[in-house]
Amino acid sequence: MVELVLFVITAVAALAGAVTVVTARNPVHSAMGLFGTLFSLAVIYVVNLAHLVAAVQVIVYAGAVMTLFLFVIMLIGVDKAEDTSEHLPRQRTLVAVLGAAVGLVVVALIVSGRFVWVPAGGGDVEIPNGTVQAVAEPLFTTWILAFEVTALLLTIAAAGAIALAYFKRGLIREEHE
Amino acid sequence: MTVGPGWYMTLAAALFSIGAIGMLVRRNALVMFMSIELMLNAVNLTFVAAGRALGTLDGQVSVFFVLVVAAAEVVVGLAIIVAVFRTRATASVDELSELKG
Repeated sequence: MVELVLFVITAVAALAGAVTVVTARNPVHSAMGLFGTLFSLAVIYVVNLAHLVAAVQVIVYAGAVMTLFLFVIMLIGVDKAEDTSEHLPRQRTLVAVLGAAVGLVVVALIVSGRFVWVPAGGGDVEIPNGTVQAVAEPLFTTWILAFEVTALLLTIAAAGAIALAYFKRGLIREEHE
Repeated sequence: MTVGPGWYMTLAAALFSIGAIGMLVRRNALVMFMSIELMLNAVNLTFVAAGRALGTLDGQVSVFFVLVVAAAEVVVGLAIIVAVFRTRATASVDELSELKG
């Protein structure tokens, strides 16, 4: 019962935030909507006993990523109104129909019970308790290679971001002359 | 009444659809980026819900990898947006045609 109440509240909040992201004219309002969605999802993770994921969601997503977004919004200015005219004819209608179709298909699949949830052992399962220790164990044993690759990916991303931010247009040419 | 995995999957499907619609409709590169984040988060929700239903922690481990990829993507993407803004003074994807043949 508690889970049902929590699910309804967080689901409504997450959907409201998501709609705000797409419909808001001001990018800052979009960012706030995304923040609401991310936070609602963190609550859902706690309900599902994914404690570490919930903490990381708040710290990394709602914290770091949203701050980065807001920084860039402030950097490039929010006063410029977005061109809202349709360059492609009937783009909005088409997208709305397509989006609704995608959503309906997935929901229909779920409701019709085509996704069958049977664990390997069969029968009822215990909800896995996602503490730091419990999540670290498969992360550093089974998935250690993937974990190391993510370290490489983050290094490349950081180097790429610095390269993009550092070399202004024409700077490289001037240095060679 | 219990909240089964299907409920979470439905919510995730709705979030993903909204994100996809935003990605296709909006022209501000920043808002498009936020729509991508919405889609990634919808997928994370399915991972957690499925992991719970199957009684395994692998779903939560997958969330971490999605998170890392999302973080890397945000860093590079926002750097590109800033770099483009410095040369063109616009964040609208419709006004960028440098790569047009």
